[in-house]
Amino acid sequence: MSVLAFPSRTGGCLRGVEDFPILSRRIRNKPLVYLDNAATTQKPEVVIEAESLYYRESNANIHRGVHWLSQRATDLYDEGRESVRRLLNAARSDEIVFTRGTTEAINLVAYSWGCSQLRAGDEVLITAMEHHSNIVPWQLVCEQTGALLRVVPVSDCGELDLEAFEALLGPRTRMFAVAHVSNALGTVNPLPWLIERAHAAGARVLVDGAQAVAHMPVDVRALGCDFYAFSGHKLYGPTGIGALYGRAELLATMPPWQGGGDMIRTVSFERTTYAPPPQRFEAGTPNIAGVVGLAAAIGYVEHLGLDKIAAHEQALLAHATEAVGAIDGVRLIGTAAHKSGILSFTVDGIHPHDLGTILDTQGIAIRAGHHCAMPLMTRLGIPGTARASFALYNDENDIAALVAAIRKAQHMFNGGGQP
Amino acid sequence: MSGIDAHLRELYQEVIFDHNRQPRNFHAMPDADRVAEGYNPLCGDQLTVYLRVADGKVEDVSFVGHGCAISKASASLMTEAVKGRPVEEAEALFRDFHALLTGTPPEGRDFGKLEVLTGVREFPARVKCATLAWHTLHNALTGEHDPARTE
Repeated sequence: MSVLAFPSRTGGCLRGVEDFPILSRRIRNKPLVYLDNAATTQKPEVVIEAESLYYRESNANIHRGVHWLSQRATDLYDEGRESVRRLLNAARSDEIVFTRGTTEAINLVAYSWGCSQLRAGDEVLITAMEHHSNIVPWQLVCEQTGALLRVVPVSDCGELDLEAFEALLGPRTRMFAVAHVSNALGTVNPLPWLIERAHAAGARVLVDGAQAVAHMPVDVRALGCDFYAFSGHKLYGPTGIGALYGRAELLATMPPWQGGGDMIRTVSFERTTYAPPPQRFEAGTPNIAGVVGLAAAIGYVEHLGLDKIAAHEQALLAHATEAVGAIDGVRLIGTAAHKSGILSFTVDGIHPHDLGTILDTQGIAIRAGHHCAMPLMTRLGIPGTARASFALYNDENDIAALVAAIRKAQHMFNGGGQP
Repeated sequence: MSGIDAHLRELYQEVIFDHNRQPRNFHAMPDADRVAEGYNPLCGDQLTVYLRVADGKVEDVSFVGHGCAISKASASLMTEAVKGRPVEEAEALFRDFHALLTGTPPEGRDFGKLEVLTGVREFPARVKCATLAWHTLHNALTGEHDPARTE
């Protein structure tokens, strides 16, 4: 893995594979070729070390103790929030709410904003390419409030139908919730255009950025979105930590959605008053070590440069699209003009799960199935796809291994039968 | 050949390919007296098993649906294995076959062609593919209305 050579924290010139301990291990006695990055990315040594070091040297609860360690943990937690602010170019760090991940961030907006703002007959607009986590929370809140869920259709090549989008936008549209990048197809949606139109119609806009933040620079102020959600674990950070960006004036008007410690100002049995954002939305002891690990991950990608990572992955995507697309019997699923490093495909006569097993025996990790986007698969008329998704440590050798393994599977299924 | 390639060859034997390409008893059954659905939502495998039972015997059995080679071949082989058998024998075969793939196979039992499916034991993530049709058959035999699932 890795053609990207970049300076490490020690100042030398390390390759990606050496920054990521797991990439040097063997799977089924073959070198690991990890192409399941849209599910989760591997973690660099700096992230693993940061979490470990936090527990070794700085662990305490935040916002409570008068003691030195508590202050130290609080400082690290606050620095983590500042790291996320910088990553997204938000105006203020109190516009960043820590969550367990993208799913919880979307649920937070759906329940806090949605339940307090949506009325019967209002409309929530999503798209046919959303991950289940940007569908189901809205369905649940629509059921509770009587709001209607509307869906922007997707074309055969996996692009949003922009005419239909404009036709669906109306005075009743209160929220437009859309993926920055489709997790199943890699389509990059034209956010500035979409957000401008949605705002002109009076709707708020939530962006599911789970598949974007690790792969391109993101600027929430340039986008103009109202909410932006992402997960740390798809950004080379730990699992169980993510964040929601929300414009300050919106967060200020939103009620709490979970109660507990840390989110209150005063509590009495007669009346409780709530802390201002972001604490209002962070009930209970948060994932402090996760925040520390996430901050390390953000530092890591910033050091490499998200524009350089994006350029590397775009080159890899172009190469993979050509190499995999050239195999007889392979059909690429999702051929939008503007894509991120995700290659979804089917192979004639081979079910994605069989392909996944055969690739696994070659040490290649891909995802097979519906990718938590069942409505999209139904729209495209397929039960699922095989999906290879790229990260900064992948290179042409990984694509060559993928191509060879697909050919091997074809030989088994369509040719001689035996591997 | 490396160990893993040998396991792969055991998983995808020619019999599996044959039944995947040309599944036996692969059709709906208009006069079925028992029907059950099987569905694994995570992997998308879906099938319907049809039965006609007379005098305590599985007089006819068929299936339709879609899924991976393992689930399709397993369903096809299953229909061949239980057709004409008494219901109790079909149920016993379900239990024994399940044990064969997931635990300790009963001693002395001859599974015939079904032996080709034992290759999934080296691929735990695929055991659910091989057992879906059988759980669906079980539901059809016992009159269970909820769809069977093995994931």
